[in-house]
This record gives sequence, structure tokens and C-alpha cells, in this order.
Amino acid sequence: MTTDILIWLIPLPPLLAFFLIVLFTNKSKALSHTIAVGAALLSWLGSMIVFVRALGVEHLGEHPLGGEPINWLPTGDTWFKVGVLIDPLSAAVLFFVAWTVLMIFLYSVGYHNFGQPAGDHDHAGLPPHGATVEEHGHKHVVPSVEPMYSRFFAFIGLFAFGMFTLVVSDNLLTLFVGWEIMGLCSYLLIGFWYGKPSARNAAVKAFMTTRVGDVFMLLGIAYLYSATGTLSFREIFTEEILHTLATIPSGVLGLSAAGLIGLLLFIGTVGKSAQFPLHVWLPDAMEGPTPVSAMIHAATMVSAGVYMVIRMFPIISLDEKTMAIVAFVGAFTALFAATIAVAQNDIKRVLAYSTISQLGFMIAALGIGAYVAAVFHLITHAFFKALLFLGSGSVIHGMEHGVLHTGNHKVDPQDMFNMGGLRKKMPITFWTFLIGGFALSGFPIITAGFWSKDEILADAFGHGHIFVFATLAIAAFMTAFYTMRQITLTFLGEPRTKEAEHAQETPWTMTTPLVILAFFAVTYGWVGIPEDFMGLHLQPNWFHEFIGGTLMEHPETLEFNWIPLLTSLIVALGGLGLGYFVYRNINSPAEDKLQIGFLKNKYYIDEIYDYVFVKPAIWVSEVLVSAWMDKGFIDGILHIFGPATGGLGSFIRNKFDLPVVNRFFGDGTADVTYWFGGKLRAIQTGRIQQYLMFALVVFIAVGAALYFFLLA
Amino acid sequence: MIPLSWYLILSAALFSVGLFGVLSRRNAVAILLGIELMLNSVNINLVSFWRYGNVMHMAGQVFAIIVFAVAAAEVSVGLALVISVYRRRNTVIADEIDLMKW
Amino acid sequence: MTGEQITFLVIALATLGSALMVVTTRNLIHAALWLIATLFSVAVIFALLSASFLAVVQVVVYIGAIAILFIFAVMLTRKDMRDQSPQLNKNWWVGALLAVLTFGGLYTLLQGWSGLSRTVADIPSGFDAVAELGTELTSFTGYVLPFEVASVLLVAALVGAVYVAFNPRSGDIRK
Repeated sequence: MTTDILIWLIPLPPLLAFFLIVLFTNKSKALSHTIAVGAALLSWLGSMIVFVRALGVEHLGEHPLGGEPINWLPTGDTWFKVGVLIDPLSAAVLFFVAWTVLMIFLYSVGYHNFGQPAGDHDHAGLPPHGATVEEHGHKHVVPSVEPMYSRFFAFIGLFAFGMFTLVVSDNLLTLFVGWEIMGLCSYLLIGFWYGKPSARNAAVKAFMTTRVGDVFMLLGIAYLYSATGTLSFREIFTEEILHTLATIPSGVLGLSAAGLIGLLLFIGTVGKSAQFPLHVWLPDAMEGPTPVSAMIHAATMVSAGVYMVIRMFPIISLDEKTMAIVAFVGAFTALFAATIAVAQNDIKRVLAYSTISQLGFMIAALGIGAYVAAVFHLITHAFFKALLFLGSGSVIHGMEHGVLHTGNHKVDPQDMFNMGGLRKKMPITFWTFLIGGFALSGFPIITAGFWSKDEILADAFGHGHIFVFATLAIAAFMTAFYTMRQITLTFLGEPRTKEAEHAQETPWTMTTPLVILAFFAVTYGWVGIPEDFMGLHLQPNWFHEFIGGTLMEHPETLEFNWIPLLTSLIVALGGLGLGYFVYRNINSPAEDKLQIGFLKNKYYIDEIYDYVFVKPAIWVSEVLVSAWMDKGFIDGILHIFGPATGGLGSFIRNKFDLPVVNRFFGDGTADVTYWFGGKLRAIQTGRIQQYLMFALVVFIAVGAALYFFLLA
Repeated sequence: MIPLSWYLILSAALFSVGLFGVLSRRNAVAILLGIELMLNSVNINLVSFWRYGNVMHMAGQVFAIIVFAVAAAEVSVGLALVISVYRRRNTVIADEIDLMKW
Repeated sequence: MTGEQITFLVIALATLGSALMVVTTRNLIHAALWLIATLFSVAVIFALLSASFLAVVQVVVYIGAIAILFIFAVMLTRKDMRDQSPQLNKNWWVGALLAVLTFGGLYTLLQGWSGLSRTVADIPSGFDAVAELGTELTSFTGYVLPFEVASVLLVAALVGAVYVAFNPRSGDIRK
């Protein structure tokens, strides 16, 4: 099979899985997950083949894979074409997307307790709550299988389709299509347990917030199309188009056309990748099942936002003002989210804010022009953040096992202060989580996060963006700190509750993905080691060469500098150490000095948004439109029609129909006929002479008429 | 020379007189008398046309013969009826024989 | 005015006069007798028209049978010998009007006909009207069928008249 056709086929197996599960196999759990995981496996296989072939192409950036685009929409004299494109950037992204998607699909089988009995009072729409089983004459409660099992796999199948479509597209339109499909699936999956009001609200919040970003992104796409007449990457990223965009003024804020397009597209990313101020949906999105959090909100969907900015980098980088805005938003968000993360107690919330923060790192890197560093961090982050989320899911599962054992449902299995000492109960989870956490913190040499984060800091320092450098360094410090806080509270020390004592390791379908992802979290960093690291002469930086080929001008390699490296080491190791020392003796929120009000409550931004945006919107729709305009005005008009018509009807009935039609015409003709008949019967006298006379009269009359008219 | 018109006018006049008799007489038998007059006028007509047309062609006289026969038949039946009615109703006044009315 | 014409006028006057007497006489017997006079005048007219056979038939059939029948009927239906009630009914003037109108209409129609002033052609010599009439009445290419049908009609009329006027007191007809 040629590579080009294979690229077209990559997104299709998960889509097919979606339709098959929805239409046919919804009732059978085994069949549904087989179809779904099989589809993920097929896409993974296709992606790996394409990736390997892409590696073999010389100068992939100038000769990308994907063949010719096909004609799709007729637009006047020409056609709007869509196609696929695999250049170095999309090849690398395809690699990690395929792996993380496959791992998460496999993990979901175990997470939703396949093979377990159905729950006692389990209801579709609510999380499963345990089933009572008899074992050796002894009753105990075990985790029960998710009632909406097949539905979950259908949705993540559709989601995978969206992500693959986005990655292989060669134009902004199909990229946007994939973007929106993922937005839809995000809504469906966050609100997966639709019986919980918090989940429903979180789903709506996620969709609405990202929608704000998407509107601006669509404006950017439209402007780009109207300015250049094309949305295809191959055609946009040429010297002349870029030059045109750079020189036309857009008339807004003194930006050039490129700058405005870049800014509008960037706002889409602000929404999708949860940057300030549109970050509010991501923590609430933790209401969804953990595989959802891992896939959508760590590895793939939020990465799509960053991917889009990276893809549009040639346009964004044409305008300095836009770049400055991008860098500022990224750096600010990185620090902002990190400060909130230190005060969170829910194991998934910490990771959510951590995601926001790390995405800020990538955005900031792009803002300062560190193209390769941003891509590098995107990929490593996807691996270790997926690992961390899946690990947290494993922890929660273990804790729930304990909750079912003790029967005390008031204990929140996600609260870190209820955990502790889990390293002994759940060793695989512990070691993989530790690797992930160290990668996140940037533990030197042996974790991928170190290499990618170090490169960002090095680029920031090396190009003189000191403000960004300082902000990101502080954020990195806080990252390491809260990560160690999390690990300490969850795994180290002694179990703080009975539930934690009865925690159990999770099945192989959940631990195997953890191990595989941990492998990548360790080794992936080594593909991007700078050539002159620490002054040594090492292999050329393969990653830099490979990804750098995507741009028209190969980005320069920075010379090695000790300062960013030392900063990196200090913040990483310092943060980890501090976190351990502070938290190894803290056992309850009361003792935690960092439980500061406005940190814990996310700087009250949700409350501000609610007051400024949500309540007025609800007022407009409920009061202004619904009550006043619709019910009052429009219904008022309509309510006039009913009685009016009724009145008109009865008026016509009484004044016209009854007297004229019924009495005058109807009864009247009868009466007249009767009267005539009564009068006419006098003719029938029974006297034949009179009959003869009548006949003769008529005869003479007709005869005379005939004579005079016909003959005369 | 008698033109044809004289005979025809004669027959027309006889016919009218007969018609008057039919319409105006009270007695049923008198009505039948009027009818006889009308039939005779017809006969005069027929024979005149025979004589003043193609004499070789006997249709006129034959028709007249037939009319005789028919008149005879009609009179006999009619008078039989009048007698029968007289026997039942004891009247021959046409105006009193009016059961078939409204 | 030739002799023929004078003859004709006299006879015509007789005919019409008798006819008028028929329809106006109070006494029915007188009416029947006046009918006989009319029929006789009509027979003379037939003779004038060279239809000698018909003239004789007229006398024999009409006067000899039909008029006699009328007299019988009158006598059988008389309630009172001295019937003095008027013999014209209530609306006799309508009848008179209609009769006049009829005559007027017929006259008008006749005036429009071109053949009105036809004069009589001579009868070819050797033409025997009676023999010819007989031949016509019995030949198959002639009028035998109407002739026979007419005889059937007479039979039917005869039977019918007998049945209708049968007097039940004289015996049962169904015997």
C-alpha cells in the first residue's frame, strides 16, 4: 500500500469503530471494546508504518508525504482542495498520538472494570458503585462494570478519528473539522456520567469556553482565506504568500494581516489548550472518567491547540506584536496555573492545573521563537502527562476498592489527604507515577521532561528573553514542588485512612499502558540531546534536525550555555526536595500552610466569569427573550388570533350562515317549491277538456314561435 | 276550377269546429262527436291531396280508408267507455268525471 | 264562377253549418242528427273529388254505423229526456279562442305554401280508381299490411268495446 493512501486511511478505523458500536454492538461489551481497541491498533499500525517511511525520506520538510490534494468543494472557477500532509512535524506528532491513543484505549478496558459483575444499584448515567458477591459464604462488595461501557468506546473512537484527522490534514479547514469533532467528544465524554449535575455543568462549561476560542479561530481562518484565497499549508507557507501577509496592514491594533490572523488563530488555542483567560474549563473537565482526562485533557486535544500554533508559526512569527502576546500569555499562564496547583487536594485537579501550566511553557516557547523546543516539549509532555493521569486513575481505582471494602462512601477516593503509603499496596502504579512525576519536574538526564524543558529555558535565555526565562524558571520550580507534594501525600508515608489500607493494585489492562508510557517518558528525551551539551561533542541533535526541517529556514542551533542548565537543575531538584521535606509530615489539610483561600479557589475567576458573563447571558435569554419577547410579545400577538378567529367565525355563522344560507336559501327554496307545488296542483283538475286546452295553448304558442323564428 | 286551397280551408275550418266542440261541450258523447268532425276533416284533406296530386298514386285514398277504420274503432271503444262510466257514476258530464286529480 | 265552384260553396256551407249545429245544439239527439247531415255533406265532397268509392263508404260506415252508434249511446246515457242544462262548459270561450287560433294558424301555414293554387288535373281515361284502390289495398307491394292491421284493430276494438260496456247484470262475462 502506498504511503499516501495509508495516510488517508489512518483516521478511518476509529470512525468505523464508532459507527459499528453505536449501530450494532452496543449491547455486547466484549465486542465493543474489541472493535475499539482493534481500531486503535490499526491506526497505530498505520501511523507507525507512515512514521518509519517518513523517517526514511531525505529532506522531509521539502518533500512531505501525502501526495496531491483532491478536489472537494467547487468554488467558482477553481476547486477547494483537501488532502493529507506528513512533514516532520506531523510525523512526530502522529507518533505520539498513535501511542497515547492506543495506550488509553487499552487502559479503558480495565478502568471501566470489564469482566466484573453488574452493580447492585448501578444506573446508566452515574458512575458504577460496586456489586455484592458471595465468596466462600462471605459477602463483599467488588467494583462493578460500567453500565455505559460500549458508549464510552464509541465516543473515544470518534474522538480518535477527530485527532488523527487533525494531525494528517494539509489544510486549515479539515484541521478545524477535526478540532471541532474533538470539541464535541470532549463535551460528550466530560458529561459521560450525565446523571451527575456537576458533570453536566462541566461539559457545558467546557464546550462554551472552547467555543469562544473557536469563534475567533474561525474568524482567523476566514480572514486568511479572504487574504490569500487558500487554506492549504503547502500553498500558504511559500515566500510570496507570507510576504504578502506580512506587508498588508489589517487595520486592527496596528497589526499586519499575518499578525491579526496569527492572533485570531492563537485565541482558538487559548480556548482549546486552556490558557488564561479561557482556562476555566479544564479543571472542571476532571468530572469525566480518567481515561478521558488523560487522552483529551493531557495528551491529545489540548496538544492539538499547541500543534495548530506550531503549524501556523510561520505566519505568527511575521508579526512581533503577536509573538509578544503569545509569549506573555504562555508565560503568565504557566506561572498562574502552577500557583493554583500547589493548593489543590484532588489528585486529578493538581494534574489539570499542571497541564495548563505545561501548555503555557510550550506557548511561551513559541512566543519567543523556540520552535523545536516547543515541539519537543509537546511530545514529551504528552507521554508523561498521559502517564500521570492514567496513574492517578489507577490510584483512584485502588482507593475505590478500599472504599467498597469498608463501605464508607463518605470518603472521597480522589482526595490526596485520604491516601498515603500506597507505594506498598500499588507498586507498579507507584514506580510509573514516580517516573512521570520526575519527568514533569524535569529530573535531570534520565527523564524526557528535563531535556525538553531545559531546551525551552536555554532558548529563552539565549535569545535574551529574560522576563520569560525568569517566569518559566519560577513556574518550573513550583511544578517540581507540587509534583513532589502530590507523590508524597499519595504514595509515601503511611496510609492515613482505612480505605487507603485496603487499596489494591489494578489489573494488567491498566498497568501495562503505564509501563509502556513510562518507557517513553524516560527514553524519548534522548532523541533531542543537544550536540554540544555540557561542552561535550555528542551525536548531532536528531530531533532538532528532523523537526527543524519543517520550516522553510532551518532554525539555528543555540550554543550551549551553563546558566540555563544550572537554573534547570536547581529548580528541578530543589523543588522536588522541598516538596518532600515539607509534606512528608503533613497529614491533613489543616496542617498544610499552602491552603490559602484565593489559591484554593482559583483566584475566584470562575465566580467573576459567572457574574460578568454567565448571569447576564442567562438574564438575556430567560427574561428578555423568553419571557418578554417570546411569551409576552409574540405569544401575545398569537393569542389575539385565536379569539379573533373564533369571534369572526361565530359572527359569520350567526349573521350570515344561519339566516341567509340555511333559512333563506335552504329552507326558503323548500318553502317556495312547496308553495309553487301547492299552487300548481290546481291545474290537475281531472278534467280532460282542461288538459286538452292546456296542451293546445302550449302547442299553439310553440308553433307560433317556431313559425316566426324559423320560417319567417 | 276549384283550387286546392278551397278544400284545404274547408277542412281546416271543419277541424276548428270539431276542436271547439271537443273543448267546450259538457257531455262526453258530444265530445266524441267533435272528434268525429275532426277525423272527417282529415279525410277531406287526404282525398283532396290525392285528387290534386298524382292520381295514379292511391296512397291518399288508402290512408282515408284506414282513417275510416280507425275512427270506427275509436268511436266504438269510446262510447263503450262512456256507457260504462255512465253506469257507474250515473253521469256523462265530462267535468264530473274528475277522480284523477290532485 | 263556374257551376263547380258554386256547387262546392253550397256544399261547404252545408258542411260547416251542420258542423256548427253539431257543436252548439243543446239536445244531443239533435246533435247526432246534425252529425249525420255533416257526414252526408262530406260524402258529397268526396264525390266532387272523384273519390266515388269513398263517398259510398263514408255513407255506409260513418252514417250507417257510427252515427247510429252515437244515437244508441245518447239514448243509453240519458238521465232525463228533457235535459235543459247548458251544453257548453264553463270555459267554452277558451275553447272558442283556441279553435279560432287553430284555424288562423292553419290558414297562415297554408298561405306560405306554393302549391296552394294548384288546379286539378284530368283523370286519365281508362283509370279505374276503385279497381286501383282494391289492387293497392291487397297487393304486397302496396298497402296490404296496413289494411290487415286495420282489420285487426277493428277486431280488437270490437272485443274491447264489448268487454268494457258489458253489463254484469246480464250475465257473467267470464263464463
